Amino acid sequence: MAELPASHNELLPHLFRQEYAKMTAVLCRHFGLKHIGIAEDIASDTFLKASEHWAINGIPENPTAWLYTVAKNKTKDYFRHLSVFETKIKNDINSDRPKQENDFEFHEQIISDSQLTMIFAVCNPSNNSESQIALALQILCGFSVDEIANAFITKAETIKKRLQRARNNLRNDNFQIKTLSKSEIRSRQETVLQTLYLLFNEGYFSKSNNQFIRKELCSEAIRLNLILTENPLTNTPQTNALLALMCFQSSRIEARTNEKGEAILFNEQDKNQWDKSLIEKGNYFLVNATNGNEISKYHLEAGIAYWHTTDNKDKWKNILQLYNQLILIEYSPITALNRTFVFSKIYGHEKAILEADKLNLSDNDQYHALLGYLYAKSDIQIAIEHYEKAIKLTKSNTEKQTLKKEIERLNELG
Amino acid sequence: MKEFALIFRLKDISDFKPSPEQMQERMNWLGSIAAQNKLVDKGNTLLPIPGSAKTVKPNNVVTDGPYTEIKEFISGYIVVRAENIDEAVEMAKGNPVFKIGGNIEVREILVK
Repeated sequence: MAELPASHNELLPHLFRQEYAKMTAVLCRHFGLKHIGIAEDIASDTFLKASEHWAINGIPENPTAWLYTVAKNKTKDYFRHLSVFETKIKNDINSDRPKQENDFEFHEQIISDSQLTMIFAVCNPSNNSESQIALALQILCGFSVDEIANAFITKAETIKKRLQRARNNLRNDNFQIKTLSKSEIRSRQETVLQTLYLLFNEGYFSKSNNQFIRKELCSEAIRLNLILTENPLTNTPQTNALLALMCFQSSRIEARTNEKGEAILFNEQDKNQWDKSLIEKGNYFLVNATNGNEISKYHLEAGIAYWHTTDNKDKWKNILQLYNQLILIEYSPITALNRTFVFSKIYGHEKAILEADKLNLSDNDQYHALLGYLYAKSDIQIAIEHYEKAIKLTKSNTEKQTLKKEIERLNELG
Repeated sequence: MKEFALIFRLKDISDFKPSPEQMQERMNWLGSIAAQNKLVDKGNTLLPIPGSAKTVKPNNVVTDGPYTEIKEFISGYIVVRAENIDEAVEMAKGNPVFKIGGNIEVREILVK
């Protein structure tokens, strides 16, 4: 840990994010998923003690080891209290209580195994995707309720309730956190990837203006996805394809907003701001993703994102073909609209307008934004009408600003 | 909404293997239907070549190749969703198969 900030005021939140989730996962593996509350209490207590102790005594030489020793002692304490309680009130013992088994250790292998199992436990199909993401942020990434609320632009109270329901479902599930079997991985990996995909998109396409939170969501999704690539059982072509997609998208994260947080359209982005090392990582994982015959939607989306990083003359043709395949696998309005945009790049705006007319998406803000763009060349009046409809429909303030600017630009032309 | 099968027919086996350009056009056509959320089933391509096609007739008579009494063979099918048969016909009209002398039979699917 060479890059730790110096003062403990900065150090603690940093460590907290890094270690809290890991520690909870290890403890949870020890107690069982039913007692995740106890695991989190011990982890929180540990960090509380650190903040008090370090403020007075200074930061220990190895903060991480220090935290883990405290967590271990607190766990022992917990079981000591429990056994006193049990001998005094024997009749009340119920089998639901966590049992102390062998002493546990924190070491790298256990931490990474525990995290992996925790990912699979949290991405539980009995919860809807919104709850899964909220839960992932809380349990796997150590986000506070307020931070999650901020990311979703939702009230903290709503998030609290959502998490409560999701955690109840988690407790009632029989998912075994100790060992992750091949069959469990197979049956749940799709849900896991889907949750990470949504987590990433929540950050990348978020309507929240808070750049910091958005980047955090993206980097957490990448971190969790990397854990999947480190275990041979979960290091599948799909996992690599999704990771490639995330790398390609992330490479543009700095270039796609200006200092005011406003969106910069793809064509107007400063390519020098694209992160080349992330593009290279994307290429690496995309190559890994081809170990096998399957072509998932992540392969196709990663392929599209890859072509976007190039200046190849056949770029748009290749992208259109990938969109054709993508929409055959899974229909979504946004894919349909993106496909039409790419179509216009090859066959021109007029033909693309005919394609767009068939989409039947007149309630969709991005549909009108697209038609505004397509008409801007031929009929400024119609273009402005579509942009105005898009402004009415969109909930994103950033989007509203971008569209208003475009209308102003067109008005000056007309 | 009703469902319709679009059944593709070709006259010449040599037309069966499309050029990259034809393939691209065909995919654009299919992608366009899928983008309207009107593709029910992307169907299958049926191989007409020797070894991949036989026709079984009464009295254990088996002949090589597709059923060619009508001088055409079925090369594939897809299933689309449409308000009525006219809309399904409109969709079919955009397919590039007509450029190589093929045709498309549009058939409503009986909903049980």
